[in-house]
Amino acid sequence: MSLVELRDVVKRFGANTVLDRVSLTVEPGEIIAVIGRSGSGKSTMLRCINGLESIQGGRIVFDGETVNDPATNLRKLRQRVGIVFQSYNLFPHLSVERNITLAPRVVKGMERDAARDLASRALARVGLADKIDAYPDQLSGGQQQRVAIARSLAMQPQLMLFDEITSALDPELTGEVLKVLEQVAKEGMTMMLVTHEIGFARRVATRLIFMHSGRIWEAGPAGDVLAKPRTPELATFLDAVLH
Amino acid sequence: MIREFSLVDIYYLLLAARWTLALTGLAFLGGGLVGLLIAVLRVSPVAPLRALGAGYISIVQGIPLLAWLFVFFFGLPILAGVRVSPWIAAMVAFSIYAGAFLGDIWRGCLQAIPRQQWEASASLGLSFADQLRYIIVPQAVRVAIPPTVGFLVQLIKNTSLAAVIGFVELTREGQLTNSTTYRPFTVYIVVAAIYFAMCFPLTQWSRSLERTLRVSR
Amino acid sequence: MRYAFNFRDIWAQWPAIAEGIGVTLMLTAVTMLAGLAIGALGAAGRVYGRSWLRTPLAAYVEVVRNTPLLVQLFIIFFGLPSLGVRLDAVTAALIALSVNLGAYTTEIIRAGLEAVPRSQIEAGYSLGLSGVQVFRHVVLSPAIRIVYPALTSQFVLMMLATSIVSQISAPDLFHIASIIQSRTFRDFEIYTVIAMVYLALALILKLLFAATAQIAFARR
Repeated sequence: MSLVELRDVVKRFGANTVLDRVSLTVEPGEIIAVIGRSGSGKSTMLRCINGLESIQGGRIVFDGETVNDPATNLRKLRQRVGIVFQSYNLFPHLSVERNITLAPRVVKGMERDAARDLASRALARVGLADKIDAYPDQLSGGQQQRVAIARSLAMQPQLMLFDEITSALDPELTGEVLKVLEQVAKEGMTMMLVTHEIGFARRVATRLIFMHSGRIWEAGPAGDVLAKPRTPELATFLDAVLH
Repeated sequence: MIREFSLVDIYYLLLAARWTLALTGLAFLGGGLVGLLIAVLRVSPVAPLRALGAGYISIVQGIPLLAWLFVFFFGLPILAGVRVSPWIAAMVAFSIYAGAFLGDIWRGCLQAIPRQQWEASASLGLSFADQLRYIIVPQAVRVAIPPTVGFLVQLIKNTSLAAVIGFVELTREGQLTNSTTYRPFTVYIVVAAIYFAMCFPLTQWSRSLERTLRVSR
Repeated sequence: MRYAFNFRDIWAQWPAIAEGIGVTLMLTAVTMLAGLAIGALGAAGRVYGRSWLRTPLAAYVEVVRNTPLLVQLFIIFFGLPSLGVRLDAVTAALIALSVNLGAYTTEIIRAGLEAVPRSQIEAGYSLGLSGVQVFRHVVLSPAIRIVYPALTSQFVLMMLATSIVSQISAPDLFHIASIIQSRTFRDFEIYTVIAMVYLALALILKLLFAATAQIAFARR
């Protein structure tokens, strides 16, 4: 069974149709890179998968549960789907440790010491074990994003969503975050990334999706799609991005 | 003899509201003059003057308005040597009080004008007086209008305290009406409604002014 | 005719003054707590509630903030008995002061809630937190931090405004002043002294708030 299935998903913001009958399946272990112009619907698609946005048509199924069903317990579902945003990720009034341990303690009822252990291990995975007692404003943008990844990983999700997580970073900080993403991918996590990092997508993604005007315009193995665009829209997009 | 509360009483209450507005207007004038002085002191390049302004604001704002009213009501006769009417006592007390708050608000508005405005106008060769007159003060006034209108609402409400020293404005008239009709709930609800009718439009106006200001920035 | 200032008679009354200070501080403390509670709930209601909750709250805020505290006090102390609710002066004072402060704290805290970036809230939900948990752990703390100066200023203003309860003969500091006035006939002196006591209380309160900020918002 696929981990994620989108079937003819329609999403509108007022009169604006942002997702126009999008269909997609994601198998466990896949790394899906989603590229496209702003407004093409890529972030919205990601946000629909964990229920942050509601849909007006179609179905979204995660691990057998229908996300857009009003009866679904979104809280429980979100414990299995991690998401990392572009900016203002971390809670500024909490230390790194408490950022990471908040959900395990409050949602899963974990004990304080066990939670701190969990936080240490999650931070070690992203290479920031020594920052456990720091506060977000003491960290660089890249470090903050890595902590945000650790925070999501600490809940041991089945799927990780990344919404342009390097777009707001200074260029020299992007590398450290991409390295962490590669590591997480190697560990077998199922990932969906909205990204502008084409080189990274080519190297790490198992499948690449190009979105345009709210639809999946092209999809396939990353290397193939990027080397041989079949539509003028993708060709124009790649031309603009790779310069 | 107890009277029934009737439309006539509402009429007299509305008449008394005139005195509320009159007192507010005069307090605003007096307080405005004091406030201008305080605001200028607060932005003065001379440190002792700034401290003087700051001290005035802190002291006036740290004492209840009721206390100021009583201090002037009992103190002015001593200083001036004559008995002082509630009008004069109220006027002085409110002017002193409002002056501190307005001075603080206006000081904030002057300081809100970015330094670049001073620098840009200086680079154009304008004198200090011209800078103030053509560039700084017009902008500061625009910024100052919403909070000043907001403070006007506070002032209207504050005039209710003048009732305590015998000044016959809306609240005192309410007390008098109550003492003849013995209908405290009705009387004070009507009094509150009249205050609301005076204050709410000003509050809304202040908000719309602030919105316009924010949009145009 | 020169007036002979006589402050000695006032100092002799210091036990009464101390009692008055006690009552004023009690009124302030209780009102602050009640005002904070009303403000947190009211602000949450205005920001997250449906319209059946938001409209009455907006009405509450507008009515209270556009009418004088003195009149509100009179309505509660003099007006309610004619509806069958008889209250003693201190209780009426606490109710009037709390209801009044609550309207201001609701607006102040609401501004704070609205200042928390939306992505923080989404991050909280995405981690599986419930609405109440997101409010408590992600929103409320940063919001209070942001509005702490405005909130504490309002508290100091409220402490000074408690002087109003003297008008319904609640035994606060200002009421004690009028009692001493009738005992000693030293009008000017007593009110000058009381003014200075309030000033001192305001200063102490501000220092306490500053110290609390250091402790509560410290990095642990």
